[in-house]
Amino acid sequence: MEKKWFTISVYSENNVGLLNRISGIFLKRHINIESLNVSKSEIDGVSKFTIVVHTTLKWVQNIVGQVEKQIEVIKAFYHTDDETIYQESALFKVASNLLFDERQIQNIIKESNSQIVTVSREFFVLAKSGRRFEIDEMYEQLKPFGIMQFVRSGRISVTKDEMPITALLQEFQH
Amino acid sequence: METVKENRGAATSANTTEKKLKITGAEAIIHCLLHEDVDLLYGYPGGAIMPVYDELYKFQDKLTHILTRHEQGATHAAQGYARVSGRVGVAMATSGPGATNLVTGLADAQIDSTPMVCITGQVPRHLLGSDAFQETDIIGISTPVTKWNYQITRASEIPEIMAKAFYIAKSGRPGPVLIDITKNAQFEEMDFSYEKCTGVRSYMPSTKPDQAALKAAAELINSAKKPYIVWGQGIILGEAEEELKALIEKAGIPAAWTIMGESAIPTDHPLNVGMVGMHGNYGPNVLTNECDLLLAIGMRFDDRVTGRLEDYATQAKVIHFEIDPAEVNKNVKADVAVLGNAKETLAELLPLVDANSHESWHQEFKAKDKIEYDTVIKNDIHPTKEGLTMGEVIEEINIASKSNAVIVTDVGQHQMIACRYAKFAQTKSNITSGGLGTMGFALPAAIGAKMGAMDREVVAIIGDGGYQMTIQELGVIHQHQVPVKIVVLNNDHLGMVRQWQELFFDKRYASTVMVNPDFVKIAEGYHIEAKRVTERKDLKATVQKMMASDKPYFLEVKVEKEDNVFPMIPSGAAVSEIRLK
Repeated sequence: MEKKWFTISVYSENNVGLLNRISGIFLKRHINIESLNVSKSEIDGVSKFTIVVHTTLKWVQNIVGQVEKQIEVIKAFYHTDDETIYQESALFKVASNLLFDERQIQNIIKESNSQIVTVSREFFVLAKSGRRFEIDEMYEQLKPFGIMQFVRSGRISVTKDEMPITALLQEFQH
Repeated sequence: METVKENRGAATSANTTEKKLKITGAEAIIHCLLHEDVDLLYGYPGGAIMPVYDELYKFQDKLTHILTRHEQGATHAAQGYARVSGRVGVAMATSGPGATNLVTGLADAQIDSTPMVCITGQVPRHLLGSDAFQETDIIGISTPVTKWNYQITRASEIPEIMAKAFYIAKSGRPGPVLIDITKNAQFEEMDFSYEKCTGVRSYMPSTKPDQAALKAAAELINSAKKPYIVWGQGIILGEAEEELKALIEKAGIPAAWTIMGESAIPTDHPLNVGMVGMHGNYGPNVLTNECDLLLAIGMRFDDRVTGRLEDYATQAKVIHFEIDPAEVNKNVKADVAVLGNAKETLAELLPLVDANSHESWHQEFKAKDKIEYDTVIKNDIHPTKEGLTMGEVIEEINIASKSNAVIVTDVGQHQMIACRYAKFAQTKSNITSGGLGTMGFALPAAIGAKMGAMDREVVAIIGDGGYQMTIQELGVIHQHQVPVKIVVLNNDHLGMVRQWQELFFDKRYASTVMVNPDFVKIAEGYHIEAKRVTERKDLKATVQKMMASDKPYFLEVKVEKEDNVFPMIPSGAAVSEIRLK
């Protein structure tokens, strides 16, 4: 079976230890988590894990079944890339003198649609949100000038279709 | 909501006039156990759990604590108790090594869906993460082998968490829960009130049977020419024995069992065709690949059951009756999945199925049975060779117990032979470590099984290898005079591994030969009546003497050293490639 990218969305209680329980499910199956993001969700008091894996449909179904089985997980879903709107965020810390000395830097900022978050005497910070390849492209462009620090977030995503959790959660809230 | 006052222990009942609102966390744990109708638990004390043991001392007229000789023994005893009684087994241990010694039992209970609550002490909250004496991250360690676990660090959390623990352990697909309680929470005072847990919002233990799925299932059953049932422990856990029996009798469907489902339907029921799996019966395995409809009920298509998955029942439509949605399509794709408790789903299915007999289909099983009897079974239970076989010992136990005993087995050749040849008239009677294959399970599990069914005869059947993994639990049998019957089938080898070495590793017997101690003397050292049988002429009378005894009894039978268990589906082979020799 062909491997594909899947985004797993997990709606859960916000409890100590749940991250360990969920990551253990991947560990047991020797499946690498490519990216992980934990945040609040559209429902008050409900957390959302967004997990990206590169695996087969059979395994992603198996994993989602096991994740959903965990007591504190309300519901888990998997989606392919074309079923979701997704992006990642990155921060680039670059020496300030480059901003003024290297004309090319200013072009990179403009063309990449990134924002300047802060500028100080020593450094400035660029923020870029978008697809992985856009961030990678910007990284490659800045690299020759020297990147002091770089970080990229896990994928965040929403589905094009309605998440069939809304009705379930509305029940909880009553 | 009940208050603590209604459920005070004897130690404080003298002070009923005193309105004591606050109790310690340690006492609260005892009250939680009493509210959950626990009257027996197994465990081992130590520093971080001492406040709870102090309360156990005060409440000993209501709550019996059995001191096992190792924490692993406590978990297996709790499992044995749970499996015969259908109640939640409880085990307790201290922090650090006490807690880590529970892990094998937790893993066993997890894979075999046994309801169990384990309580561990933990270092005080302010020392968490400091590598304090006997601190270990038991929550982290036990996470993959528990249905749920939780660390209590404040006494006020105790009632709600304990109620949740019992609810989760027992509901839906049962499993083990571990509650870790820091020592400060045991000492702290709190206001106690208890409310049983009836639901957790993120947890749906079972669903109502889907009518469309039931209808689709019934249509497949009614049009099948060669329908075949394989049931598992879901029947026993769901107490669906009568519903299953009604279904197979009405629809005339031959039904086989996985090792965990054994005893749900009496062995001598004409539609009970035997065991599936690696050492299961010939017909049930071969005919899996000839049926046109496979009804899998409360079983999970373990690899020991299916053999090579790509060639498992590919010709058949599959209906999977299952309580755990994660099991559906996990190993075998179901054409129809009926989610829910087997008791409910089978009851609702029954009126939808047509009466049938499938006589010629039954004859196919009978024909295969004859082949297996002539080539394997006859020689196993009525041997003509000199050496004693494991099978003839089981047969003598069947005769002496009139098939009414609870049989507790360990892991290996004796386990397969016992499951193949033991006869059962009652459900919840075959207690074994099926999924995890835990050597050392049987002796402590038999103690728990006896305590969970005092009116029943409990016979532990153990190999010489596994026996020595938990042999120290003879101390419990002696101390509490637990009248279990212990049968060690001694072939001076790790028999199953040796069999594989013979068949698949050119007889290189790497570390499978055992030089054993005098087991009779060891049992006698624990003041347990003990006997050794080395010759066939002594077997029947000794087994009968053992079964007639109302005390603990140890019997060692020296069996043939290099016997093999057949039939056998070699690892990686298809069920239809089962070998008779």
